[in-house]
Amino acid sequence: MSGTRTGTAPATTEGPADRCVTGIEGLDNILGGGIPRGNMVLIAGGVGTGKTTLCLEFLVRGAEKGEKGLFVSVTEASAKLMQNFSTFEFFRPELVQQNQVTIVDLPIVYDRLGLNREELMPGEVDILVRTIQDLVRESGARRVVVDSLTSVGFRVRSEEKARDFILKLGQAFSELGTTSLMVAEVGAVPGVHSLYGVEEAIVDGVVLLSNVRRRGDMLRVLQIIKMRGTVHSRAQYVIDLTPIGLLMAPFLKGGRLESA
Amino acid sequence: MARESEIAERLRSFTTGGTVALKLGAKDYADNYLAALGLTVRDLGGETNSHTIYVSVTNPASLVWSLLQALDIPSARLSFVDAISHLMMSYENVLPNASYVESPTMLEGIMLRIEFLLRRHPNQRNVVIIDSVNSLAVHNSTDVLSEFFHILANNLKTRSVLTVLFTTLESEGTDLDRILSLVVDESFVLDGAP
Repeated sequence: MSGTRTGTAPATTEGPADRCVTGIEGLDNILGGGIPRGNMVLIAGGVGTGKTTLCLEFLVRGAEKGEKGLFVSVTEASAKLMQNFSTFEFFRPELVQQNQVTIVDLPIVYDRLGLNREELMPGEVDILVRTIQDLVRESGARRVVVDSLTSVGFRVRSEEKARDFILKLGQAFSELGTTSLMVAEVGAVPGVHSLYGVEEAIVDGVVLLSNVRRRGDMLRVLQIIKMRGTVHSRAQYVIDLTPIGLLMAPFLKGGRLESA
Repeated sequence: MARESEIAERLRSFTTGGTVALKLGAKDYADNYLAALGLTVRDLGGETNSHTIYVSVTNPASLVWSLLQALDIPSARLSFVDAISHLMMSYENVLPNASYVESPTMLEGIMLRIEFLLRRHPNQRNVVIIDSVNSLAVHNSTDVLSEFFHILANNLKTRSVLTVLFTTLESEGTDLDRILSLVVDESFVLDGAP
């Protein structure tokens, strides 16, 4: 609904000083300089579209500028993540060793909190949010990634609890002044950018990553669906996940499109 | 030969970037192609602090590489973007200095690989050679090619990169020629004439 704000970003248009520069050149360009600081952004997409890589680069580029980052991993063990990350030249393991980027395994956090049930109860959702907030505070992170929101959602189950979790997490991050990327797995359903259909309405921004077929070729495409607090491009861009980082090129309009 | 040295001189004068077309005559095409390689990879690429990005759409990069070796053209500061080997199922002789694009229809992929190589060589005078416009036209519609050349040439120009487009002299007056006229600063003919 136009004009209704349920998210965490300030309502006013912000100047360049209030931007969280992602360090991904093409992305910063189409965002008018970066993500408005404090925004919670959904990185939505199917498998193999580059969600985790984009998030990693966001944290690494921040760490290079002295902004600490926290990666909350829900699906992959941190050791395996580190192994995957090492294939990128832009990732330096010392950033983790020096606590510039902290990687946390959420399943271990669940165990330590005694949240062993298949489904989290409303009170347990609050505990989880507080724990993540504490992790952000302890690590001194200005940038946070949760990979993925969908996996947390499997334990939250209901739409109502999912909405509650995201809202509370957004408020917690906002209080700490952190800019966050929340990964969401989505299928190839046009117009659907989240599992429950509520996430995209709550968050401040949605970046959609998708596989697009054109004349048999498969292209990875990025599009900003929404971003509160800034004027942004709504065009589609073809991306390449290279060892030196994510590169973007305009999506050429010629040719017939099919969803992948 | 006099004509070639004049062209070489003109190409060297594009110190702040630009887009030029080298129009190769179909008669004695092989000779004209070798002359084009000499003017670009050997002469421009031989200049101090230069780096050449050769986009091969006509022949696999390995073939062009072999040709350059045979001609004794120094190619230490040369990288390839090969957009044809995959389509031709030519997986032999994978070059360490080549970046492969699955198909010449993936024009954005070509742009991205050029971007990647430009970032790899940030402080060098980069020259991008597209071999050739006609081969790209075999696989792509003129609409999408027009868009591609418009974006690529202007982007490279703003970054002081010299883009050299190989094309055939016989495409003059066609749609392809009209597309090029929108982006090309200067054209040169290589048809064996003195």
